[in-house]
Amino acid sequence: MSAAPDRMEIWDVHCHLSGVPGNTPEERLERLIGYADRLGIQKLCICMGMEWAYDPSPEKLRKDNDDVLRAIRRFPERAFGFVYLNPKHTQASIDELNRCVADGPMVGVKLWVAEKCNSPALDPIVRRAAELRAPIYQHTWLKITGNLPGESTPMDLAELARRHPDAQFICGHSGGDWEVGIRAVRSCQNVYVELSGGDPVAGVTEMAVRELGAERVLFGSDAGGRSFASQLGKVTGASVPETAKRLILVGNLRRLLRPILTSKGFSTHRSTTIEHQ
Amino acid sequence: MKAPRQQARVHGPETKDQRPRALRWEHAPGNKLGDPKHCIARRDFFRFASGLAVLVGVRSGLSVSSADSSHRPGALVDVNVSISHWPTRRVEFDEAPELAKLLRSRGVSQAWVGSLDGMLHKDIAAANARLARACAQNGRGLLLPFGTINPVLPDWREELRRCAEAHRMHGIRLYPNYHGYKLDDPASASLLRAAAERGLIVQIALAMEDERMMHPLMRVAPVDPTPLVRLVREIQGIRLVLINALRLVRGEPLGQLIRSGEVYVEISTLDGVGCVERLVTEIPVERVLFGSNAPLFYFESAALKLRESSLSPTQLAALCAGNAIRLMPRGVGRGSRTP
Repeated sequence: MSAAPDRMEIWDVHCHLSGVPGNTPEERLERLIGYADRLGIQKLCICMGMEWAYDPSPEKLRKDNDDVLRAIRRFPERAFGFVYLNPKHTQASIDELNRCVADGPMVGVKLWVAEKCNSPALDPIVRRAAELRAPIYQHTWLKITGNLPGESTPMDLAELARRHPDAQFICGHSGGDWEVGIRAVRSCQNVYVELSGGDPVAGVTEMAVRELGAERVLFGSDAGGRSFASQLGKVTGASVPETAKRLILVGNLRRLLRPILTSKGFSTHRSTTIEHQ
Repeated sequence: MKAPRQQARVHGPETKDQRPRALRWEHAPGNKLGDPKHCIARRDFFRFASGLAVLVGVRSGLSVSSADSSHRPGALVDVNVSISHWPTRRVEFDEAPELAKLLRSRGVSQAWVGSLDGMLHKDIAAANARLARACAQNGRGLLLPFGTINPVLPDWREELRRCAEAHRMHGIRLYPNYHGYKLDDPASASLLRAAAERGLIVQIALAMEDERMMHPLMRVAPVDPTPLVRLVREIQGIRLVLINALRLVRGEPLGQLIRSGEVYVEISTLDGVGCVERLVTEIPVERVLFGSNAPLFYFESAALKLRESSLSPTQLAALCAGNAIRLMPRGVGRGSRTP
């Protein structure tokens, strides 16, 4: 179904099933979509399960990804899945990548805080993701209060991205301390920054657009822990051109996902639903 | 496109959708999930945030006449804005003329303004005088100054006197963690008591930024509000507004504060999906105020929270303006009170 040409979509690259009311993955995604509807957000990229673990076992990974699969299968026209992996369990992670992305409906990879992302343990995972044309969302934060043991900084991600120029990376939360994080990945053309997770501090979007170009900035909310509203305001309230806002809110993510969506038989034309061709 | 204020006067109850195109959302109630109608026109989207206050007012039939008949329908009172420079970065709209324009364009009818100079400057008298002057000279009554008092500085009572008598302010703003005192210090009780005696609203900033991203030379722990429960019970007539508070205090501790007396919170640091509708199940909506923390935060982030949450017209009216107006003496906001 095509939308009228003058209509704009919003795609959110970073959402969760936690922090949302509901007893099942399907119920939670339904609630999440209900809130997203209020703000005109069309697509939600979902990762991780109902309950999180910093360092998940292979069994826990599978459970978390099953939660996401259940949810996105209920709302295939509204949600994409990103497969949650743990580089400490390399083979199990590659197996999950194959199960959920190569042979399943998921379209990206989520890495959190189990292992710092400059570790060589990530290399086989990144190579397989690149083969599948699945972008890799890496949580990053640079905390003056101290990072978790396996928590990556944006500098760690820059190191990984330089090792894998053929892969596409998303620098989650713009590194948290975004004034440093944006600089850290500035020279890595295969790294996008994503705006979610922090307070809606004015200036983040303007700096990202100024330093990276609007083509490398993605809207994400980190809902349900964050509200869609607090994070969407970072884009709608930013002093950047409307063309830049359109890229951040939908254009860039659509472009980033187009290869894998196309390979799975989805259409990414300007529409409000993803259709099997 | 007409200014939002004008739209508010034009449009009546929503028997028929006569709202300006910029304020219409096509995902009307009843749309099913996945219905493409929730996709909005791109031009409309970018206008949405700026017209939100009016939209909220129109949708809800917002009327604050019961609180103060001088206020327009669609009024929005932002109780948490600041002027002047943040110490570690320049922020757009941090001067009063630009801030007033921003707030007006977003439909704000009254803003309670602190000065960021008050956080770290020792000459707070000068900071307060500049704040009062800036609010008087900009915004035609939109900006209400809230001066800073530091009870650790010598002769702070004179500062308080000037805020109340010389600048004719209606409230003060405190930064206990930047001024180096705790709320169970005797200085806190003295200040709160003196403010209550003068009928001043007291705003207490529990934090000014996320601890994780502070400048290494400016790491400041958040304020512990627990002692306020006792203080509020003891000090007759105290009216407190906790700002930047709702990431730090929720659940039963927040409930205790609210029950202790006339204590209010604002939504700028409230987060999580549907956060406002959830908050008003925890505490009475009568104690919740609209606050954006602009220009340090994007104004739109707070405004969009009102859209994300499902709130009744009565709740919206209270939160957007009614509660704040009730806190203020009658007639405030229709013109500068600063000599």
